[in-house]
Amino acid sequence: MTGKAITVTSGKGGVGKTTVTANLGAALANFGHKVVCIDADIGLRNLDVVLGLENRIVYDLVDIVEGRCRLRQAMIRDKRLPELFLIPAAQTRDKSAISPSDMVTLADDLRAEFDYILFDSPAGIERGFRNAVAPADMVLVVTNPEVSAVRDADRIIGLVEAEEKGPARLVINRIKPEMVRRGDMLGVDDILELLAVQLVGLVPDDENVLLSTNRGLPVVLDGKSKAGLAFRNIARRVMGEEVPFMHFDETGGFLNRITRLIRPGGN
Amino acid sequence: MAGILDRIFGRDRKSAHLAKERLKLVLVHDRTDISPGVMELMKDDLIAAISKHIDIDAGDVRIEMATEGHEQRLIADIALRPPRRR
Ligand SMILES: Nc1ncnc2c1ncn2[C@@H]1O[C@H](COP(=O)(O)OP(=O)(O)O)[C@@H](O)[C@H]1O
Ligand SMILES: [Mg+2]
Repeated sequence: MTGKAITVTSGKGGVGKTTVTANLGAALANFGHKVVCIDADIGLRNLDVVLGLENRIVYDLVDIVEGRCRLRQAMIRDKRLPELFLIPAAQTRDKSAISPSDMVTLADDLRAEFDYILFDSPAGIERGFRNAVAPADMVLVVTNPEVSAVRDADRIIGLVEAEEKGPARLVINRIKPEMVRRGDMLGVDDILELLAVQLVGLVPDDENVLLSTNRGLPVVLDGKSKAGLAFRNIARRVMGEEVPFMHFDETGGFLNRITRLIRPGGN
Repeated sequence: MAGILDRIFGRDRKSAHLAKERLKLVLVHDRTDISPGVMELMKDDLIAAISKHIDIDAGDVRIEMATEGHEQRLIADIALRPPRRR
């Protein structure tokens, strides 16, 4: 068995990397896979609280790398999802405590035991980003339907290719269908045309995400929420299934198609 | 181009449309690292080079970057002066 390493990253901060990592991890585990989520955002630890495992941390990622504990000692098992594990980030250190090759070694040590090894990356294009993508077999870039987030996603997609980790796959998070319909939010078609990248997930803006984060229970475990369904779909696509994408922007998509008919040669 | 026309004719003032048109330009410049200022310089050089051979209308020359997927193209649209009747 050789596990697949998947890194969740973005250019801009706050677009939903940690939320995507936690929910993708929980969904994959719920589908019966053995999953470890690793918080690579050193100094800004968050994956622990989103997963609701913050009270059980003893050791962290930097402790593993610096040899203060064994790998197994730093892994926290989720009691609700026994196939899900977390390796938390160090809170009082910075990105330079770890190198890209440390991350590669760590992933390789975990591949034998786990089906999926997920890395939650810090925002940005510096050391933390390079650490997080170094071990990746697949990179998910998260963005929001918003000018600066899309611009930064384009940068990151280019950097992922430059690190020979491409093609990156895109998650568009926090879509507000109503605004897209009014023509006041970039639609899925618009973003895909701009970024020319493969899509792996569309997640609506959903207040259940906040509610479940308050509780420390990933929203994907909430059977009814729209965001939960979106995350389960991402997990199935990662598992190799063909899952149709939800439609958020019927009208926008339709209008776009008409515009294309009117201006065939247009760019 | 289409974006400019749309704005002039007020055909499409939705903010998402503006966001997309702005992003198109920004991404082209980000990806190629060519600033609008450099584009102007290139335009002047192009006009000078082509004028040596044919009569063009220097006031009616446009050059712009276009994106197709991850491929960038430099597109020049150069108006010739109307040829004299022989
Ligand atoms: N689909 C969504 N709907 C509503 N809120 C969301 C959604 N995704 C993320 N959020 C919220 O956005 C904020 C930032 O998300 P987070 O995952 O921490 O981003 P990042 O890790 O990229 O900094 C959090 O408050 C989170 O609850
Ligand atoms: Mg985060």
